[in-house]
Amino acid sequence: MSASPSGTGGAVRARVPVRRGLSRPRGGSRTSNRAPRPYRGSSSTPWLYLAPALVVLGGLLVYPVYQLGLISFLEYTQAQVSGGEPTTFQGFGNYAELFGDGEFWRVLLATVVFAAACVVSTLAVGCALAVLLTRVRAVPRLALMLAGLGAWATPAVTGSTVWLLLFDPDFGPVNRMLGLGDHSWTYGRYSAFLLVLLEVVWCSFPFVMVTVYAGIRAVPAEVLEAAALDGASQWRIWRSVLAPMLRPILVVVTIQSVIWDFKVFTQIYVMTNGGGIAGQNLVLNVYAYQKAFASSQYSLGSAIGVVMLLILLAVTLVYLRLLRRQGEEL
Amino acid sequence: MNLPRARVRRPWRLAAEASALLIAVVVAFPLYWMVLSAFKPAGEIESSEPRPWTLTPSLDSFRRVFEQQEFGRYFLNSLIVAGSVVIASALIAFLAATAVTRFRFRFRTTLLIMFLVAQMVPVEALTIPLFFLMRDVGQLNTLGSLILPHIAFSLPFAIWMLRGFVKAVPEALEEAAHIDGASRSRFLWQILFPLVFPGLVATSVFSFISTWNDFLFAKSFIISDTSQSTLPMALLVFYKPDDPDWGGVMAASTVMTIPVLVFFVLVQRRLVSGLGGAVKD
Repeated sequence: MSASPSGTGGAVRARVPVRRGLSRPRGGSRTSNRAPRPYRGSSSTPWLYLAPALVVLGGLLVYPVYQLGLISFLEYTQAQVSGGEPTTFQGFGNYAELFGDGEFWRVLLATVVFAAACVVSTLAVGCALAVLLTRVRAVPRLALMLAGLGAWATPAVTGSTVWLLLFDPDFGPVNRMLGLGDHSWTYGRYSAFLLVLLEVVWCSFPFVMVTVYAGIRAVPAEVLEAAALDGASQWRIWRSVLAPMLRPILVVVTIQSVIWDFKVFTQIYVMTNGGGIAGQNLVLNVYAYQKAFASSQYSLGSAIGVVMLLILLAVTLVYLRLLRRQGEEL
Repeated sequence: MNLPRARVRRPWRLAAEASALLIAVVVAFPLYWMVLSAFKPAGEIESSEPRPWTLTPSLDSFRRVFEQQEFGRYFLNSLIVAGSVVIASALIAFLAATAVTRFRFRFRTTLLIMFLVAQMVPVEALTIPLFFLMRDVGQLNTLGSLILPHIAFSLPFAIWMLRGFVKAVPEALEEAAHIDGASRSRFLWQILFPLVFPGLVATSVFSFISTWNDFLFAKSFIISDTSQSTLPMALLVFYKPDDPDWGGVMAASTVMTIPVLVFFVLVQRRLVSGLGGAVKD
């Protein structure tokens, strides 16, 4: 259904061209293949292949996560970092402090609502444009695709500064076009969030659009023709034919969007200058960073990190449930 | 495998095409404005009547950017970091994806779930422990302190995505290669690797972008030796929230965006088919 089978076929016919220049040792050192034995026989090979990944992930992901958890239970401020004072075990003290703080709950709520809004808008725009892409001829399709890829390729830092300039109260073209005078978008809490949301949707809808478009193209034309012949409307075709067939893809893009949007950092950090006026635009990620690096409360920052981790873990579990229900084998 | 075009009535298609073009313009507008502002002379950017064109393009902003200390050095550093991460994580992820798709072994499902969970880890939260880790192994202020964590953070997604590609290569091919006397490592690198390559390209887009974009690690781990810094830091020099040098910011942004755009245009085709292959399981 995708591009891969054709590639495979080509290689079979080509009969494995041996490129002498390739740096891999031929013959696989000790695994002599005089007597053909099933590949699946030895049990150490997969671990051999996995070893580099496991080493890297173990050292740079698992160990830091463990450290993060550890720090969240300790008293860890500038004094302990510089080695001036010994670290002391706090138990759930940091968490108690965090959960007792009204600001934490406010930030948590803002994060969830903001991420949800980003996910819904990104998916709506991405899917709508993917359908649109299938309706148009090559030139408009290429134009939209290239524009989308451009937005996708734009680094978050540059995207953020460009959108700030576009909406700048003094020099931005948007306020001129809308006749808003010198209305400041970053001053109010909701308009600042809206601005960040627009930027996030702008740079993340292309992923959804391209993926869903690739998925739609993989749907056999006969199915759609049959639906159209039966007199189904466009909306009906989308809802009753395409959407169910695209379900696996939609699940993937939804979950990826949830993960990305829940962790938005750069856009908030740059566009609202580190969390907005009096922290009105903080989301958990920026909040943790500010706690840790701006006010040297490393243990509180770590505790926030752990909370985020647990929330995203819950999302993962939902995802796995969905995959299971689709009967997909991992 | 296109949709039945004949069914779409003509006026509708024209309307669809017009709106597609219009949306393309809107989506591309911020990028256009970025490049335009980079070329505008100082007086025109900071004018209360912004115009979508300029009659007197100037290179002043670019000059300011490149005259900034060691901008070329930052650019090179960014390229080194992103390049190393892309190559290393693609190779490591390829091996790991092969292991989890073409072998049955204990803890396989557990590992897969771990890879998925690893994607959720908020990178920013790990800045704290990673900082201490880098300090302890003496990697602070080196490019290694940026390369290593980024490899780790791009791996889980890369493995997860490559799975679909490795799976798509029929098992019969492996058996055929085996019967023909190809060793396992030869099958791996000379048959499987080229077949999975489009997937690797699609995957590397993600690791390239996240590495190229990152300014948090650069900001936190490169603390005193600025010759090891990367582009986003150079950009933020011009961006002072109270009084940003918009020309400088936009020129630096343009310079920073171009390599990514080039990379995207190069892999565009593979990306589209690649994503299609990755998500249909």
